[in-house]
Amino acid sequence: MRTVRLRHAADFPEWRDAARMLLLGGVAPHEVDWRLGEEGLFAEEPAPRATASPPVTPLPRVPPSFLELAEAVICHSDPARFELLYRMIARLQVDRQLLSDRMDRDVVAARRLEKAVRRDAHKMTAFLRFREVPAEGARRRFVAWFEPDHHIVGRTAPFFARRFADMDWMILTPKGSASLTDGALRVSEAPAQKPDLADPTDALWLTYYRNIFNPARLKVKAMMAEMPKKYWANLPEAALIPDLIAQAPARVAAMAEQAARRPPAFHDRIQARAPAEPLPPMEGLAGLRAEARGCTRCPLHCQATQTVFGEGPEHASLMFLGEQPGDEEDLEGRPFVGPAGRILDDTMRQAGLDRSAAYVTNAVKHFKYELRGKRRIHQSPSSGEVEQCRWWLDREMALIRPKLVVAMGRTAVSALTGKVPKLADLRGRLHALDAGRAMIVTVHPSYLLRLPDARARGREAIRFREDLEAARDWLSSPTSSPAR
Amino acid sequence: MQRTLTERLAILSDAAKYDASCASSGTEKRDSARSGGLGSTEGSGICHAYAPDGRCISLLKILLTNFCIYDCAYCINRSSSNVARARFTAEEVIWLTLEFYRRNYIEGLFLSSGIIRSSDHTMEQMVRVARELRTTHGFRGYIHLKTIPEASPALIEEAGLYADRLSINIEMPTDAGLASLAPEKRPAGIRRAMAGLRTKIEEMGEPTLRTKARRRFAPAGQSTQVIVGADAASDATILSTSGRLYGSYGLRRVYYSGFSPIPDASSRLPPQKPPLMREHRLYQADWLFRFYGFGIEEITAARPDGMLDLDLDPKLAWALAHRERFPVDVNRAPREMLLRVPGFGVKVVQAILAARRHRRVRLEDLGRLRVSLRKVRPFIATADWTPLRLIDRLDLGALFRPAPEQMALL
Ligand code: SF4
Ligand code: SF4
Repeated sequence: MRTVRLRHAADFPEWRDAARMLLLGGVAPHEVDWRLGEEGLFAEEPAPRATASPPVTPLPRVPPSFLELAEAVICHSDPARFELLYRMIARLQVDRQLLSDRMDRDVVAARRLEKAVRRDAHKMTAFLRFREVPAEGARRRFVAWFEPDHHIVGRTAPFFARRFADMDWMILTPKGSASLTDGALRVSEAPAQKPDLADPTDALWLTYYRNIFNPARLKVKAMMAEMPKKYWANLPEAALIPDLIAQAPARVAAMAEQAARRPPAFHDRIQARAPAEPLPPMEGLAGLRAEARGCTRCPLHCQATQTVFGEGPEHASLMFLGEQPGDEEDLEGRPFVGPAGRILDDTMRQAGLDRSAAYVTNAVKHFKYELRGKRRIHQSPSSGEVEQCRWWLDREMALIRPKLVVAMGRTAVSALTGKVPKLADLRGRLHALDAGRAMIVTVHPSYLLRLPDARARGREAIRFREDLEAARDWLSSPTSSPAR
Repeated sequence: MQRTLTERLAILSDAAKYDASCASSGTEKRDSARSGGLGSTEGSGICHAYAPDGRCISLLKILLTNFCIYDCAYCINRSSSNVARARFTAEEVIWLTLEFYRRNYIEGLFLSSGIIRSSDHTMEQMVRVARELRTTHGFRGYIHLKTIPEASPALIEEAGLYADRLSINIEMPTDAGLASLAPEKRPAGIRRAMAGLRTKIEEMGEPTLRTKARRRFAPAGQSTQVIVGADAASDATILSTSGRLYGSYGLRRVYYSGFSPIPDASSRLPPQKPPLMREHRLYQADWLFRFYGFGIEEITAARPDGMLDLDLDPKLAWALAHRERFPVDVNRAPREMLLRVPGFGVKVVQAILAARRHRRVRLEDLGRLRVSLRKVRPFIATADWTPLRLIDRLDLGALFRPAPEQMALL
């Protein structure tokens, strides 16, 4: 049996040096007796001198994830931690994948110690309380007393340095202390004594704690699970807990019994105030759009964000009609601003059409979708919804009176004609609508987006452009009148 | 007579406690050691205390004022309530935040407010607090600002520049519920504001072409709260609203807040105990939706009334309603199916997947991961264990339901 005496309880480099030498010396894990104490490394036996003869075997290697694990485990107060880590190092020389076997006994044990250390460190960042003490220089000074379960002061000190950089502070614990003075962080292992601290600001904190508590939701167990009693001694607010719990039922009963009272005068004054001046009714397109904002004619309005009304000049001679807004249109409240809109824009430009001169709208003004996971997937509107929303389309048509409507996709055609057509039969030709208007039928630009094959997409993009060019030609010909 | 700071702190924290949100996580990393000033944020939030209601106290959660010109029936601050009223100055909120922060009581500030005068006026006051904390005082801690839906876009943009998180509470699960209990609020306006936040968050999250830097806008995203039990909406309705909100606006969290009795309550809402168990089940269901690959309808389909079973957690309830999918072979099943086993959490599933490359998993291996064998055994098969066919266990539901409570002597 080899006894190894470590000077520090949680000094990873010290332990690592010892472990490295033992490993090079071929010492088996069960042959080492790890001790903590003052006498220093390998006091009871001459240390195996790694430098005396150049190592024949290569230096031991471990995966970086083990280093991270070991640096946490070494802080645990379990005396068996050194032995466990040494055994794992030895095993890692043979089985590099050891750590990924999350059910291995040693891995499970080490992970458990690691978790306890992390939790203890986390609770220290949470439950430590600074109290202000008189300062000598320009920086304010604070002192805290905390009682951790494990040797975590060194591990946690950098957190406090990152957070409380503009003040001087000192953290005292029975397992060492840390301080920041003028920006310099110091850590010591020496146990500290509990200081006498008082800070008047604690009273405000207690006021807050007392009032943020809701007596109607008493859940003492949930509190205890996260803030066990062992921390209470150093938490100023914990002194309030017994009374808050004891008084809760009476406070709830008092709320229930309280008879309804007359509202305060303040309320009557507000209610008496004339309701906001109703805006003068707006005319034309702006009025129509404002009216549509509040539309509840069909259930789609409470699923979607907003009414996406048409956009464009009030007397455009060319109208583009799509199916319904998509995800982006729904968020922005404007038609054809998403991927399909970008295709439409590009193709219009190629065809020599000016989007800002056209009126662009949809047959249905609210986005209909189905939730798949956390994504909204477009769903075609039903004929009933198209029918309801025709109310708005009819008004847009009556107001704008376009000469030509480019109907993009089946829904658009059926909203205009009331029939459910086969797109292929109508595509690319001019059709007469009532009141001397013409319609040209093409695909919805989102159809191009859905084609998986790039060649087919290229072909269809050309056809789409040709349809828009036909619209342009018809509009610019002096005799524009609907064919057939 | 002017109330003291302590008195006003009491009133304005009491008024804020019905907002369940207290998270301080998920924001960018900041560090005052490098940048000067005070404070840091490091990804995961910290709960600095717990109240006896089991809730975490992470932020100084207060109202700038509890005067409000609106009259939302469920709210302690509604104009018709007789609660004591108070207001803080911006300087007082800033002072409290910094002094509380220095003593490590809190991670930062969650500031909300009743609506005074106008939406813009109210929002402006809140933005001012955040701006001065950041610019004048170099505060690097967490800031959560409640957003007034009707506030102007310029104010919201500024709010996003200083705050880590913005939130707009939807409060009622349906438009009709909101219309009847909060007549001044506009559900469509709330949705539009959430859509605006999502668009901004995504737009600013993209590195700009020129500088390659991301601009800052609410790095911890947006969240909302739904009040449970103030109206008649079922769990299925509530959860489908949440699903829609997650899907539409990329919310980080939907908080569920069981409607709780308040002092001087509106006579329209009968006093009742807050439905804490129901609230808990909703959180579990929400979790299944966000992290376990469950669809909302899958979770709520089990019962015709659209309510979750109060006695069984929703994952267990789903498993009992889908016995034909079990037992799941721990050594072979894909991740999606392992995640559906009652008693397996995400971490356990990860550990199983990793360990499977080394060994044939046995029951005792699972025991070492601190899995409750009693709970999972009926649903899994391991190298050394095959359960009775679940379908044959008529008593299975009873096995998991809590024993009927013993009657106590009066
Ligand atoms: S889809 Fe059309 S009809 Fe239905 S609510 Fe929206 S605007 Fe009204
Ligand atoms: S707007 Fe409504 S919910 Fe908000 S503080 Fe005023 S009354 Fe309460």
